[in-house]
Amino acid sequence: MAILLQIHEPGETPVPHADNQGLAIGIDLGTTNSVVAISSEGNSEVLRDENGEALVPSVVAYATDGSAIVGGLAKVLLLDRPETVVSSVKRLMGRGAEDLKSLAGTLPFKVEPPEEGKSGMIRVNIAGHRLTPVEISADILRALKARAEEHLDAIVDRAVITVPAYFDDAARTATKDAARLAGLDVLRLVNEPTAAALAYGLDKDAEGLYAVYDLGGGTFDISVLRMEKGVFQVLATGGDAALGGDDIDHAVADYFLKQRAEKLGETEISSDEVKTSLMTARLAKECLTDQEDGEWMLDVGGELTRHALDRATLNRLIEPLADRTIEICRSVLEDAALGPGDVRGVVLVGGSTRVPLVREKVRDLFGAEPLADINPDEVVAIGAALQAEALTVGSDTLLLDVTPLSLGIETMGGMVEKIIPRNTPIPVAKAQEFTTYQDGQTAMAIHVVQGEREMSDQCRSLARFDLRGIPALAAGAARIRVTYAVDADGLLTVTAGEETTGIEAQVEVKPSYGLTEEEMAGMLYDSMKHAKEDMALRLLTEARVEAKRNLKALQSALAADADLLDATERAAIDAAMSALESAIEGEDRDAINTATEDLETASRPFAEKRMDRGIRSALTGLDVEALESRNAQDLESEDEKMEEGAA
Amino acid sequence: MQSQVDNKQVDSGAGSNQSQGFLPCWSCRGPFQVGDLFCPTCEAMLPPGQRNHFDRLGLEVAYDIDMAALDRAYFDLQRRLHPDRFATRTPRERALSQQQATSINEAYETLKDSLKRADYLVHLKGVKVFTEGCNQINDPVILMEAMELREELAETDAPEDVDRIAKATQDDIEDCEIGMSLAFKGGDLEGACSLITRLKFLRKLADEVRAHRAKLGKA
Repeated sequence: MAILLQIHEPGETPVPHADNQGLAIGIDLGTTNSVVAISSEGNSEVLRDENGEALVPSVVAYATDGSAIVGGLAKVLLLDRPETVVSSVKRLMGRGAEDLKSLAGTLPFKVEPPEEGKSGMIRVNIAGHRLTPVEISADILRALKARAEEHLDAIVDRAVITVPAYFDDAARTATKDAARLAGLDVLRLVNEPTAAALAYGLDKDAEGLYAVYDLGGGTFDISVLRMEKGVFQVLATGGDAALGGDDIDHAVADYFLKQRAEKLGETEISSDEVKTSLMTARLAKECLTDQEDGEWMLDVGGELTRHALDRATLNRLIEPLADRTIEICRSVLEDAALGPGDVRGVVLVGGSTRVPLVREKVRDLFGAEPLADINPDEVVAIGAALQAEALTVGSDTLLLDVTPLSLGIETMGGMVEKIIPRNTPIPVAKAQEFTTYQDGQTAMAIHVVQGEREMSDQCRSLARFDLRGIPALAAGAARIRVTYAVDADGLLTVTAGEETTGIEAQVEVKPSYGLTEEEMAGMLYDSMKHAKEDMALRLLTEARVEAKRNLKALQSALAADADLLDATERAAIDAAMSALESAIEGEDRDAINTATEDLETASRPFAEKRMDRGIRSALTGLDVEALESRNAQDLESEDEKMEEGAA
Repeated sequence: MQSQVDNKQVDSGAGSNQSQGFLPCWSCRGPFQVGDLFCPTCEAMLPPGQRNHFDRLGLEVAYDIDMAALDRAYFDLQRRLHPDRFATRTPRERALSQQQATSINEAYETLKDSLKRADYLVHLKGVKVFTEGCNQINDPVILMEAMELREELAETDAPEDVDRIAKATQDDIEDCEIGMSLAFKGGDLEGACSLITRLKFLRKLADEVRAHRAKLGKA
């Protein structure tokens, strides 16, 4: 059993280096288990411990001094010292105080509301420490990072991390923050079903329409994809971020506890009983995958009870959960304007798809035996590793994903106006214009929400901010343009400005559930005392990369048009180039930036000459008529350019 | 005007030669032409610029398009421009890649859907169709059709009725699409606008049918 405990000694924190960037890893950060994989030249490998075990239980135990133990040992401690152990923390990512009610009773540890003056993120109280889900996830990521580093015997600081397709913006941001805390630069957040499709499609040469049914420990996703010549185009996705194998365990545990309470005449159920029954329920569920029936014992507080369970009873207990996933599948197929028969195959992902009833329901819906050739516990991490290689080394494959949930803005009366509908390909940017409703109104509250419902209080609140500095005009005269942009990670950025005056008013986005920058900085400081030095090095690395790119661009230009320069001009450029080259060798970021600017000045006359040459050569050979129509077109496009400039 | 151009020179590196269809590359300062994706000299990615959606995907400006060609062009461009191809590049190149991929997605989303494509096409030709189809709201046939079907839908809980309404709606949608193709071919913009309005109503009705069906399924 691997004991993964990692504490950074001062000065030993990994530091990025442009020339020596090692392998980027793929991580499936799961509710129940996590997996780390690597890929090199298209060959992926799941990293295992000395016992050949790929799964790292997503369980963290905390000692009184706050040090963390992750994985199998922490899972063992769940029995001995349950009060020090956190599991299923993924369910809490990006959650706020108003989620506490719905979470009540579903988790075997104490969840508390945020503190006054801190970010809206909930806290877990464990062994006397109040920790955010982000910090706990960071501990799991550190353990996975350590496993990879041990395997590769090199520092690993870049990763692709998978998230449920149905994760909202807050949960995605929380995942990225956790990686940052763990010292990992996230190259991309990839949706779990998409990662699985990548692994599956490349391995099996699958072409056509496929569905990926992903029932994990705590989340359910269904994605419909078109796979074609290395392109993985997600057509529609859906799911439930709070539905998974955990819920099956709870259904069975409740059944056991009810029997036990009856047998013992208990009126109160202790938290130890809950924890033990949950573990027993999981065991029972797993046994009933192959067996028809069995008997399990609950031995808590000196009282032993016996509980028989057969497959039929298990099916009855979990049927509502399975039916819920099928209902979601139907609606996603409708979103993609497809019927179950249009799908060529359905791929099973996630440990919970081993449950026979789940397989049966999926088979009934799609009318075909589902595919599970690749281990459903490992396929997502393999896809993440393949994508990590594609992003760093390059690849012919392409993942085209979509937004899982509509993004909207609250308008008058608490209604939601959708700005980006669900299943829109990302990256995407859409703008909407709004106006003031009072004379002289100079500020506007903007409330960003995510979800399909029509009222804002039924959707997930992502952020609120005030747009200030709107010119005082008559009601309805100001034109406020709000732009939503979702990047390839599925993360949203919102900007707002007033159009008539061109004032891009100051906007301050306060994430409803995310960590504030100060909290983040504090945690980074706590977890690695050398965060500042790391940051400085990161900036130095970036300056070097940018300077090298500049040099390369100028070399290309010289290769094409060096004859435009006389000896003096050429000498000036060469001198500036060597000055920048030697600045790159040094450690002074300001020196690099200054040398970059000097080079730009020195090469400006060259750039002008090249523009003139380019235009002259293009004009030669064009007849008069073509030239005229060309000018007309260009004027048009210039007008549009100006519009763009003013926006 | 001149001062704005100068400002742009600082911001985005645009020079004074725009009227010739040339812009200086942000990276090597050399000339490129509007529509170039990469600088011909230094191969740096260029900003998406202002182009119409058809042009961006290399298609003729027309309502009838070859869907397979649309997909091919879309995949080809995304293969070259998607942010996944630039994940380890400088922040500026990553930002440009995101802008390019965003523009391509917008063009693709608009053109692949018959209603959005028609709407965009009349807009390109200078006609504005309002979201709610106000410019054709007086068309009594459209209004009657929509109201009758809606009422019928609201009153029934029988799955076979819902199926029949769904079928009728789908048939009408297909008729509309055929009509739009003919109208655009014949240069009848007014006719196209009227059909766009009708299609908007029909699409809404189809959504309602779907919601109604889901409600019945749950009950």
